[in-house]
Amino acid sequence: MSEAAIDCDLHPGVPGVAALLPYMDDYWRHTLKERGIEVLESASYPPNAPSSVRGDWRGPKGDAPSTVGQLQAQALDRWGASIGILNPLFPVQLPFSRDMSAAMARAVNDWVRAEWLDRDDRLRAAILLPNGIEDALAEIERLAPDRRFVQAMVLCMGEIPLGRREWWPVHAALEKAGLPLAIHAGSAWRHPPTSVGWPSWHVEEYVSNAYGFQASLASLLTEGVFGKFPGLKVVLVESGVSWLPAFLWRLTKSWKGVRFEIPWVDRPPAEIIRDHVRLTVRPFDAPDGADGIARLLDHLRSDEMLLWATDWPHAHFDGDATVPPGLPPGLLPKIMVDNPRATYSRLREAGGSA
Amino acid sequence: MNLVRPIAAPGRPAAATLGLVDVDIHPRVRDLSEFRPFLSDAEWHRLATYGIHARHGFAKGYPFPKAAPLACRRDAWPPGGGPPASDLPFLQHQLLDQYGIDFGVLNPLQPSGQGDVNDGLSIALARAVNEWQLAHWVDHEPRLKASIVVPYEDGAASAAEIRRWAGDPRFCQVLLMSRTSEPLGRQRYWPIYEAAAEAGLPVGIHAFGYSGYAMTNGGWPSFYIEEVQEHATSAQAQVASMVVEGIFERFPTLRVVMIECGFAWMPALGWRLDASWKRLKDEVPHLKRAPSEYLREHVFVSTQPIEEPERPEHLLDTMGWIGWDRILFASDYPHWDFDDPRLAIPSYIPEEKRAAIYGGNAKRIYRFR
Repeated sequence: MSEAAIDCDLHPGVPGVAALLPYMDDYWRHTLKERGIEVLESASYPPNAPSSVRGDWRGPKGDAPSTVGQLQAQALDRWGASIGILNPLFPVQLPFSRDMSAAMARAVNDWVRAEWLDRDDRLRAAILLPNGIEDALAEIERLAPDRRFVQAMVLCMGEIPLGRREWWPVHAALEKAGLPLAIHAGSAWRHPPTSVGWPSWHVEEYVSNAYGFQASLASLLTEGVFGKFPGLKVVLVESGVSWLPAFLWRLTKSWKGVRFEIPWVDRPPAEIIRDHVRLTVRPFDAPDGADGIARLLDHLRSDEMLLWATDWPHAHFDGDATVPPGLPPGLLPKIMVDNPRATYSRLREAGGSA
Repeated sequence: MNLVRPIAAPGRPAAATLGLVDVDIHPRVRDLSEFRPFLSDAEWHRLATYGIHARHGFAKGYPFPKAAPLACRRDAWPPGGGPPASDLPFLQHQLLDQYGIDFGVLNPLQPSGQGDVNDGLSIALARAVNEWQLAHWVDHEPRLKASIVVPYEDGAASAAEIRRWAGDPRFCQVLLMSRTSEPLGRQRYWPIYEAAAEAGLPVGIHAFGYSGYAMTNGGWPSFYIEEVQEHATSAQAQVASMVVEGIFERFPTLRVVMIECGFAWMPALGWRLDASWKRLKDEVPHLKRAPSEYLREHVFVSTQPIEEPERPEHLLDTMGWIGWDRILFASDYPHWDFDDPRLAIPSYIPEEKRAAIYGGNAKRIYRFR
């Protein structure tokens, strides 16, 4: 394990709405209590599902780890990461009230600062964005000066596709602040997890995150976001990796056929996406065997797109096998150090310990 | 191969030594009155007065306007009038004779009533479209084979339509669209699979249709190119649903052909399903094997629009992962992104594998002789 390794996907678990109350103003503290809003949990990660928390990381009652101490013992110290990026999954995207979404996002971000970033110098975090565009802009403006926030985060299944012009002020603000847009697995549940309705099983629903990432990338690309904001980086987090080459082949071919519809996309989509988009390596969804992985990496046609991540405490691997098996050893320094540093400009700043 | 103009001269691909089968041809009515003889007065009144109503608001015009009028090749409009693929002699000339096609599978798209908000209209039109395929096409041209169009949102009515034609060699498959109102593994669709398996017919799932939900799981996109991209995504959701719901355990002889959905997504979908299933087996004990094994055994794919990776070996890897015996040539005539069989299947694919794609595989699964 390299001393400088950067873990790009860690999940600080908010123990409940009560933990956020100290970070809310009087109105929200009062109203959440008066209305009995004690829990908010997304259907995306059933807490007892074996995939949601690795078995050996659960507490005695099966509870998910939720402290810095647990993160240090189970991941950061254990694997010697020099930097760990926190991506909070508390579902601020669920409330239909814009105001409630914004209040909860502010509270989560301040909770992350106080309870996590202030307690371990190695930690960095994503700004968790609320649903409203104006609210998201305000949150970026409020937190961007704290250089420990290294990206801003949304889910792969939101209300409207991420390339839509409504989003552009957010993309502009992120580009200006040097913050990548992180798109994480999960849904705001405004739409069913597939374009053909509701699946019956969680395994099917989890797989369907990949469709959300595909739609998000197609939207960002076709709307022209990367041409308009050439400095913007997008990080797909917990997206799976192996679906990407086939997606790019299809998108590039379609572009050749109907590029008249999106004339602002002036070079092949695969090239644009290789320049702007990064993916964490857990899950990887790899073919069996080293030969299959080698071929898949060749299909990617880039050694700059992959970022090391354990996705703690989600369960993708056993023991200490943090790197998907079969990745060539020569690629590891790129994935663990060089690529994250190239992706996150704030990790390259003086004072950053990476 | 939408960048390359079809070769003007007639000719058959030299590698088609096991025959040439086109599994995706789209016949169309000149106008709705062609269906009149196959509808009751009440059904015709409903159609003529209130029209077809898919699960979206565009009574005329498309939610995502196409790349060309009716999404068709400019040269496919018959000289005698009518829309493309509405005229048998011209289709024989421009497609079947031009390329020496031995068998062609008809996949009628709208107006077919599939996925209509009104089940009764959907049931009536499906029956009419099936009668029309025979009367206007197959009974005059034995190279053409019909698909049993079913009103798929009504499982029982669909099964009845399948059983109506079971054993009739003029029909070669059951036809569904890829965007249904629920994922296709759900129980409401099981009568379709039961009847198809009983009749020994594959189920063809052709890209298109409207589920009534946003076209992506993150909302409505803006562009036709996104809709095109999304066919591959909804196809993944459908295949995943059929596998995870245990359709292939329940109907072990069922075969599914994904038509015009692309195919390169399939290996990665199998790996992702397998990886997730390994952690979540407890949820789906009805699956006796890894999801990718059901894919490999039961799911076939058509070529058009064939993915075009930057490097030839990437396509070879992908086709190998899917299985060379699972891939069927399709032209998508008369649509704008039509594939000329001589150009679409790259010559770097070894010759015996090209022969399987051109005809061997389709003849086997559709039992064409």
